[in-house]
Amino acid sequence: MLVNTVQIPVPMIAYLIVSLIMMFAGVYGFLTRKNLIMILISIELILNAVDINFAVFNRYLFPAQNEGLFFAFFTIAIAACETAVAIAIIINVYRRFGNAEVDNINTMQE
Amino acid sequence: MAEQIIFYILAIVIVVFSILAVSSKLVIRSATYLLFVLIATAGLYLLLNFHYLFAVQIAVYAGGIMVLFIMAIFLTHKPGATMNQRMSWKVKSSAALAVSGLLISGYIIIKNVVKVAGYLKGDELSMQDLGHSMMGTQKYQYLLPFEVISVLLLACIVGAILIARKETGNDPKENVKDK
Repeated sequence: MLVNTVQIPVPMIAYLIVSLIMMFAGVYGFLTRKNLIMILISIELILNAVDINFAVFNRYLFPAQNEGLFFAFFTIAIAACETAVAIAIIINVYRRFGNAEVDNINTMQE
Repeated sequence: MAEQIIFYILAIVIVVFSILAVSSKLVIRSATYLLFVLIATAGLYLLLNFHYLFAVQIAVYAGGIMVLFIMAIFLTHKPGATMNQRMSWKVKSSAALAVSGLLISGYIIIKNVVKVAGYLKGDELSMQDLGHSMMGTQKYQYLLPFEVISVLLLACIVGAILIARKETGNDPKENVKDK
């Protein structure tokens, strides 16, 4: 079923560099933004970079097994859960404080 | 050769749009750039012959999560309003932190990753194998995490409804949303 190719079309390091840049763009956005939705978008970037790494390590280093594939599936599912709950919290924060910025949220309960 | 050209196009799209997504002034524009990044990532999965992962990425990320984001943006932002930035020293220090982390990790990767890794170009993973490993209980089979994920999804649906539900109590401080 598996056929070994002689020449590698794209080296593994190229994928890793792409996901590295994506991850640190996410870190930068996470640290600089005040808006809660922007922070969530940055977290999505970081999680997506991790997913790329799972898939790439699976395909290049352990191509006979499927662990990286399944880890990427479960990461995507957990990211979906996390986004749903976080957006519910953001909408609730907006309803209570009038905007969705982190600096305005000082109290847990008025 | 075609594979390389497609990879470099996708890589440029990912890099440019992920940097634009965290530096744009308008939040809806950031969400759109994030959508481009997610679709290009799905293209990378297709290039790695993970067809099912490609479908999951398009359906869950580019479909579901982006709809959630755009709905949340329209519920919490006035259209066209630009976002406040942090103070410039905070932006500069975070940029320095991100760039230094990028350089350190990039150095470690370039130093340590063996360039000729065993890339076995397999066929498309057959649906039968996929189903067996998702529904089996033996080694390298994932029935238990699959079921746990389903319970987690249920819990998160219930929790999201509970959090975002409009409370019908007679608390006068509740309605501060008109600003």
